[in-house]
Amino acid sequence: MNDHLMIAPIVLPLLAGAAMLLLDERRRGLKAAISLASTLALVGIAIALLIASAVTDPMLRIGVYRLGNWPAPFGIVLVADRLSALMLLLTSILGAAAVIFSLARWHRAGAHFHSLFQFLLMGVNGAFLTGDLFNLFVFVELLLAASYGLLLHGSGPARVKAGLHYIVVNLAASLLFLIGVSLIYGVAGTLNMADLAARIPNIAAENRGLLEAGAGILGVAFLLKAGMWPMCFWLPSTYAAASPPVASIFAILTKVGAYIVLRLWLLLFGDAAGASAQFGGEWLLYGGMATVAFGAVGTLASQDMARLAAYSVLVSSGTMLAAIGMGQVGVTGGALFYLVSSTLGISAFFLLIELVERGREPGADMLAVTREAYGEDDDQEEEEDGEIGFAIPATMGMLGLCFIGCAVVIAGLPPLSGFIAKFALLTAALNPIRLPPGGDVPVASWVLLAVLILSGFATLIAMTRAGIRTFWAESDRAVPRVRIIEMAPIAILLTLCAIQTIQAGPVMRFMQETANSLHSPHDYVREVLRTAEQRPHKGGGT
Amino acid sequence: MMEIVLSIGIGALAGSGVWLILRPRTFQVIIGLSLLSYAVNLFIVAMGRLRTEAPPVLANRAVGDPTQYADPLPQALVLTAIVIGFATTALFLTVLLASRGLTGTDHVDGQEPEL
Repeated sequence: MNDHLMIAPIVLPLLAGAAMLLLDERRRGLKAAISLASTLALVGIAIALLIASAVTDPMLRIGVYRLGNWPAPFGIVLVADRLSALMLLLTSILGAAAVIFSLARWHRAGAHFHSLFQFLLMGVNGAFLTGDLFNLFVFVELLLAASYGLLLHGSGPARVKAGLHYIVVNLAASLLFLIGVSLIYGVAGTLNMADLAARIPNIAAENRGLLEAGAGILGVAFLLKAGMWPMCFWLPSTYAAASPPVASIFAILTKVGAYIVLRLWLLLFGDAAGASAQFGGEWLLYGGMATVAFGAVGTLASQDMARLAAYSVLVSSGTMLAAIGMGQVGVTGGALFYLVSSTLGISAFFLLIELVERGREPGADMLAVTREAYGEDDDQEEEEDGEIGFAIPATMGMLGLCFIGCAVVIAGLPPLSGFIAKFALLTAALNPIRLPPGGDVPVASWVLLAVLILSGFATLIAMTRAGIRTFWAESDRAVPRVRIIEMAPIAILLTLCAIQTIQAGPVMRFMQETANSLHSPHDYVREVLRTAEQRPHKGGGT
Repeated sequence: MMEIVLSIGIGALAGSGVWLILRPRTFQVIIGLSLLSYAVNLFIVAMGRLRTEAPPVLANRAVGDPTQYADPLPQALVLTAIVIGFATTALFLTVLLASRGLTGTDHVDGQEPEL
């Protein structure tokens, strides 16, 4: 793997963000250019890393970058394997879409938008790349600090109130994170993830309780960030209050939690972990399902589109967690496919909401839902103009088309990628590898099937209702003025979903191989702990 | 003896911190978070094992016996955690003040509960 390319996803946004801090706030054009260039370069770097990680040779597939060139358990390493590269690519694509969207108007809504945005990308990329638990804490804090600033972007009492809750919840979670990390260090004596994986099977029985307590506390911190029920009450109001480009990139933040669970749980408590194998799997499975159920009920109860999107974030991350908790290679592969598809869909939806809502009076949705509930018809409003047969102009047509695209991806209907993702996931869950001939499919798989299908149905109802109220029911609404620069990112994200559908075969194979390497992490451990002499001549931090 | 004093100290700080962050006033919440972070910082130091008069750094490039030295890593971790905790608390303080200015109340929900 290319030597110094691995650290570029961290260094580039850091430099770009820092440089923009020095510029005067009035030089918006220059800032926008720097931000856009840096984000687009990140897409290129992520693609290069993904290609490098897709080679078949296991020696070259996993890139290890040793900071300061210290050998692995002593120094901090960055590790780029397939999962990391995939997440980097997803982040950079969402980042590029959000930056392009913000250029139309949102980046003017407050100070230092582009700098904070770059720092957020740096934190997210760092969290995906690092191979050290404490370094993970530092990157997570970085991304959170940037997200606090971004959430308040645009200001206003609603954002400040949501921000207050968001910051307190995350500060408390960070403290749990520290307790978990230090307990694990106290028992195992190392913070390097690969080294931990190698040491956990040999932990003495009397210390195992402490280690599992540490892992449990650490898990609570991640699951809070991933939004698992009952630790998700902060999420809907926070995401609904954030400005659209910010909410759109926040769609990846819950996936950071899911990524860490995926990485650490399979690495530390996989089948090789001895007495601790599969520790906490049921919690992930049932907690994930409860999250999906809560999110589905939430989407039905939502009275405006932003909250609807926020609850679909919960459905998406609950599905991820439940699928990870199944602990089967096939299900994990489907879950990775689902992760990419649902994140793209939700991110596009957050951007779309603002365009659709533009030009409507606030509270229209609230009124509509209340009216529906009480059976009141709106007779008196429609007689005012007498404009019958109002033609839908091209803007509304485009918005409607994008809305349908988002709804199909998020609810998991054919023909787009959401359907393929859920189909792959459920097929694997109902055909477990270890099923003895003639044995029954575990009850959990059936419950997962029911929960996923019902949640898709609930999302579909909620989206249809919102769509009808917005696009069909209001004949007298002002047509929003939408610029191409605002429409393009949404179209790009949805096109990517379509490409993921058309190329489902190769993409699915890649996800499946990624899942295979996550479930048998000995390659990962060996590559990270390889000393300088054993290393083939490809550098890595030299 | 030292262990008992330290664990009582951590427990008292953490208990007061948890109680305070469950209070409805923003100032109580921020003090609660600070107390909790003190407790966590002490806890991290304790995870490097408690011992007195043991330096964490080898003297004069000597190859020493590791059992004679304190574990330097938790001390480095604590420094990082203190810095990050300090920065995020300061950030929270500004949001707290913004909330006070925008809503005119120091209740965490931005409005007084209806009695």
